Amino acid sequence: MSAVIESHHDDHHHGPAKGFSRWLYTTNHKDIGSLYLWFSFIMLFVGGAMAMVIRAELFEPGSQIVSPEFYNQMVTNHGLIMVFGVIMPAFVGLANWMIPMQIGAPDMALPRLNNLSFWILPAAFGVLLSTFLMEGGAPNFGWTFYAPLSTEYAPPTVTFFIFSVHIMGASSIMGSINIITTILNMRAPGMTLMKMPLFVWSWLITAYLLIAVMPVLAGAVTMMLMDIHFGTSFFNAAGGGDPVLFQHVFWFFGHPEVYIMILPAFGIISHIIETFSRKPIFGYSSMVYAIASIALLSFVVWAHHMFTVGMPIAGELFFMYSTMLIAIPTGVKVFNWLSTMFRGSLTFETPMLFAIAFVALFTIGGLSGLMLAIAPADFQYHDTYFVVAHFHYVLVPGALFSIVAAVYYWLPKWTGYMYDEVLGKTHFWLSFISVNLTFFPMHFVGLAGMPRRIPDYAMQFADYNMIVSVGAFLFGLSQLLFLFNVLKCVYYGKSATAEVWEGAKGKGLEWTVDSPAPYHTFETSPDLTKPQTNS
Amino acid sequence: MIFRTFLFALPFMSLSVFAGWDDINMSPGATALGQEIFGLHMTIFWICFAIGVAVLGAMAFILFRYRKKEGVEAAKFDDSTFLEFTWTILFALILIGMSIPATITMIRAYDDTEGDINILITGHQWKWQYEYIEDEVSFFSNLSTSLDERNNLAPKGENYLLEVDEHLVIPTGARIRFLITANDVIHSWWVPDFAIKQDAIPGFVNTGWTQVNEPGIFRGQCTELCGQYHGYMPIVVEAVSPEEYKEFIIQKKEAKLQQAALTEKLWTAEELMAMGEGVYQKNCVACHQVNGEGLAPVFPALAGSDIVMNDKARQIEILMEGVQGAAMQSYAEQLTEVEIAAVITYTKRSWGNDVNGNGEIVAPKEILDYKTNKL
Amino acid sequence: MSSESSYYVPASSRLPIFMALSLLLFVYGAGYTINDLGKEDSYSHWILISSFLMMWGTMFFWFSEVIKENDSGMYSDQLNTSFVHGMSWFIFSEVMFFFAFFLALGYVRIFAVPWLGGEGEKGITNILWPGFEASWPLMETPDNERFPGAHHNMSIPHISKIHTWLPFWNTLCLVTSSGTIALAEAALKKDNRKAFKLWMVVTLTLGYIFVVLQSVEYYEAYAHMGLTLGAGIYGTTFFLMTGFHGFHVCLGAIILTIMTIRGFRGAFSEHDHFGLAAGSWYWHFVDVVWILLVLVVYVF
Ligand code: HEA
Ligand code: HEA
Ligand code: HEC
Ligand code: CUA
Ligand SMILES: [Cu+2]
Repeated sequence: MSAVIESHHDDHHHGPAKGFSRWLYTTNHKDIGSLYLWFSFIMLFVGGAMAMVIRAELFEPGSQIVSPEFYNQMVTNHGLIMVFGVIMPAFVGLANWMIPMQIGAPDMALPRLNNLSFWILPAAFGVLLSTFLMEGGAPNFGWTFYAPLSTEYAPPTVTFFIFSVHIMGASSIMGSINIITTILNMRAPGMTLMKMPLFVWSWLITAYLLIAVMPVLAGAVTMMLMDIHFGTSFFNAAGGGDPVLFQHVFWFFGHPEVYIMILPAFGIISHIIETFSRKPIFGYSSMVYAIASIALLSFVVWAHHMFTVGMPIAGELFFMYSTMLIAIPTGVKVFNWLSTMFRGSLTFETPMLFAIAFVALFTIGGLSGLMLAIAPADFQYHDTYFVVAHFHYVLVPGALFSIVAAVYYWLPKWTGYMYDEVLGKTHFWLSFISVNLTFFPMHFVGLAGMPRRIPDYAMQFADYNMIVSVGAFLFGLSQLLFLFNVLKCVYYGKSATAEVWEGAKGKGLEWTVDSPAPYHTFETSPDLTKPQTNS
Repeated sequence: MIFRTFLFALPFMSLSVFAGWDDINMSPGATALGQEIFGLHMTIFWICFAIGVAVLGAMAFILFRYRKKEGVEAAKFDDSTFLEFTWTILFALILIGMSIPATITMIRAYDDTEGDINILITGHQWKWQYEYIEDEVSFFSNLSTSLDERNNLAPKGENYLLEVDEHLVIPTGARIRFLITANDVIHSWWVPDFAIKQDAIPGFVNTGWTQVNEPGIFRGQCTELCGQYHGYMPIVVEAVSPEEYKEFIIQKKEAKLQQAALTEKLWTAEELMAMGEGVYQKNCVACHQVNGEGLAPVFPALAGSDIVMNDKARQIEILMEGVQGAAMQSYAEQLTEVEIAAVITYTKRSWGNDVNGNGEIVAPKEILDYKTNKL
Repeated sequence: MSSESSYYVPASSRLPIFMALSLLLFVYGAGYTINDLGKEDSYSHWILISSFLMMWGTMFFWFSEVIKENDSGMYSDQLNTSFVHGMSWFIFSEVMFFFAFFLALGYVRIFAVPWLGGEGEKGITNILWPGFEASWPLMETPDNERFPGAHHNMSIPHISKIHTWLPFWNTLCLVTSSGTIALAEAALKKDNRKAFKLWMVVTLTLGYIFVVLQSVEYYEAYAHMGLTLGAGIYGTTFFLMTGFHGFHVCLGAIILTIMTIRGFRGAFSEHDHFGLAAGSWYWHFVDVVWILLVLVVYVF
């Protein structure tokens, strides 16, 4: 790139500093993106190991390997880590890597803040994990930490839990401010909003959601802190408060949170599908409007998690209808993906395989979500494994697969090397089969009446739980292939071309730069008002 | 290759839906409401199933038909307002179709007129309390599956984890209204056959109702995470004929009178110990453990506890009042005077706690005195 | 002002990692301090204090660095726009933080308290609290032994006694100061430095008067009105809402104090005064929250 900028630090142009301090002090969006991605990868193994403990305990009826108390700690931390430590950081990492490249910006808008946003995350999770070693044990009240189990009846470590949630929130808020600012202020000339790649769009809206709801979560944990240590009565009927108030505040955050975990995936999947269909995305503008309406609707559906708390009937009906409405924009997206593939010229490289599995299995998860939205039926589904099946379908073959797909899709661009396609496909097929083996039977045990968050269960659930556990171990082991493939790509991969994929032609700025992308991709933004040439 | 997978995946999914219906589907319901909700569930399920098959089928077709072929270029189109408009409308119509039966069922489920019989259900960590408001009968219902079964030391019975010492007995044919609340944390009272799942919220009262027409036994569980033994607080409801129900209430009332008489009786240390052990196994081991060692740091050891060994008055107070803000609750209502006296005696004389060697016992009378003094 | 035409991307920086470390220290410090409350021989508060020192130290260096970079003309217009976006979204996040508490208050007043008192769809709850009646401000709680309720409340008195009502003066101070800071900014834009300094000082004075009055009000509440954090949901919401607001006023006042000092030392120009502008937006935000708060906490 031309037009070298005046700089007071000479390492600015050559690339990264050497040694470990590079990662501590870096302000480079790519470095920070990699940090986020590695952090989330490590947390996937930590949270996944907890899931393995859960599945081992549930392998057979009867007490197996852990005490009920420790089981609850496992479930709680599994949920917290997967949500706040895996999916969210991975998406932020992808945003860091891709957004500046896709919009032609020199870097993120506020680079030092960007570094801070990342580095407080290990701090927050370090604190959370260290509670396992403290007196009273780790948090054991579920990732939704309903009061008063999480206040009056919580172990003393809840104080550290509260502060670590504050820190995670701060990280997300700062990260999102950075992303929004980058998108709104740093686009290359000529890239109007309605010409932005869909991944950028999805993140613009996600970041808005994050800034809107993370502070509400901070408020919720602050109220808990006050109730526990300073004698207030937000969640205590004896003083005029209400435990259900906690749930309202939590889910006001929590529901938008689950869309925070899927909207960026929608962006990723759109890119991958258009690339491997060798066709432009179908219905670009309706995709944008769909994401926006999902985000807006997500603010008024929160109480669908609370159909059984005894809301007035008007509330039940309102939240039922509003939740059902979300199926419309989501359906629009699914149909647009199908139409993009329709009359395309499809090839099935690993990213595409994961993307296809995403569309199929996310649809299954979405449809079970729609069943949950039917309030009177949810009286039966609520807090059973049917819910667990629903959210793992949208989160594992949903959010997690989209991240895996994104890594395979952009890895050659990041590293300059191709991953091993055979290994990638093996990874896909093993994951695809085992993920269904793990989470599909959960629908059955849920309907048959198995509650969530129990370490032991009645005899009639035994068979399916064993299948689930076997599936889970297999799925866990398959992810080792993923790790291996990434490492192999980094160290022994074959060089990749700038365009990487045949179908990537004209599919975004990132494919116009070298693979690996230079340390500073665009020191001045490309001018898109002039006709583009592919390098 | 993709196509083959979906061919393979679809029947796998649908087949398992048809296999062994009972184990894998919702309870068809033992009450009118239960049946109605089951019907609603099936309606919604088939709609979703059909959508799923349509979407996945279309996808499988596209993946197969439009895979890359030599000499075939991809089409270039990238939108169609007509199509998008059509399917948006289509989705909306489907949703309206679903919401109509849902709304009707919802309104029926919320019918909250007074019942013939009102039962106050209170969730405690980790047991249910049932109080027949009109008859002033009240009792607790604890899990009765043995620890050996749970620890795989004995074969597991048919109703493993779903059996309790005291059933909630209701008459057939009557409209029963449940008033549901909790004493400590949130629990949730769920009996699938009645399609009642109501959260029990400390300080608030939720309602639910049922009317069972055939006698039978119905099992359910607590469905809101309520601490370590959340998985161990099942619900068993027994529907009996109105005559048997009357008999049951009379028995309960008599038992209450008998208890009062027992309190007056003079008890020997051995009798108290024998009874105390039973009470301890049932009510206290969950926290203070069989060997009295407790579970540090939350549940204190009773073995070697200063209070247990030397401070009788305080121990009575703890059992009667509970400890504010800790899991230790009041047993004043759950246990009779005799049982409380017995369990205190038991803790004072077990695990080497009897250091003073004076064989101190606590008589039921003392508990009664505590109660009367408080009034 | 910007001499750069390209976007300035700082080279690697040690500041953020120090900030992250101080936050880590803060979590352990605050956690242990709070858990050890009431224990005599606890040292945890020293961890907390050192985390604050580290945090403030880092912030000091961070801001000086930014100011230095700006003064040496490394910031382009585009980068200043980034700051504007950043600050606006930050304020939006603060708005949402307060929203959580407004939501809580609304829920309690519209649903929870009436239900407990036997009104509305879940009025049957009252069987658990015989004798409890719903009212607002809630002076008698459902369980007066645990949460003793307040003896007096802070509601607005009869209009003729309005001058004895502290929130009235507080509102006056804060609303006026929102105006005066606007005047200060306007003066700066016209390069009238004297007026600028004057209005800054007036703003600050009003801000500090607010803080003092608020402390007096808290003292009164605790000492004479039986209104405490533990008094039940009225005390709870009262202190938490006014408390977090007060905390933000203090933050705003600190920011503005620094800006004033910088102003006196000759910083800012007609076109380049982002720090001041940001402080002033923050101040307006604090003011708007106060007005909403007066309405729902004191008046209605
Ligand atoms: C990525 C995360 C994610 C996503 C995207 C969703 C998506 C949806 N969820 Fe889910 N949900 C969770 C994560 C997510 N959920 C989690 C984590 C929980 C549990 C939290 C806890 O308690 O721990 C949960 C729980 C949960 C509940 C509460 C259940 C209970 O506890 O009782 C409900 C109830 O309404 C619900 C509904 C929905 C709906 C309607 C959607 C919709 O957005 C789905 C829309 C998609 C489709 C409908 C499919 C595609 C559409 C078509 C093919 C078009 C045609 C279809 C029709 C016209 C019907 N979810
Ligand atoms: C994005 C989020 C996410 C992801 C990816 C997962 C992934 C998995 N989850 Fe989880 N889950 C949640 C979010 C998520 N989950 C949430 C929010 C809850 C609710 C918590 C609550 O109730 O509070 C929950 C709850 C939950 C439960 C219910 C527990 C209960 O209610 O009692 C179960 C039970 O099976 C489960 C299983 C699994 C399994 C097997 C995986 C697997 O996909 C994990 C696979 C990954 C690995 C295994 C790691 C990689 C490999 C290794 C570490 C190598 C070693 C492997 C072996 C030794 C085999 N999860
Ligand atoms: C749900 C758990 C739980 C159950 C069941 C339980 N306890 Fe406790 N118990 C506790 C806890 C927690 C404390 C500590 C309270 C505190 O001081 O903070 C405690 C304290 C005590 C103490 C005081 C011990 C000391 O040295 O401080 C005695 C005595 C006691 N329990 C007896 C009993 C008896 C007898 C039973 C059965 C009838 C019983 N407990 C059932 C949880 C329980
Ligand atoms: Cu009681 Cu779960
Ligand atoms: Cu939701």
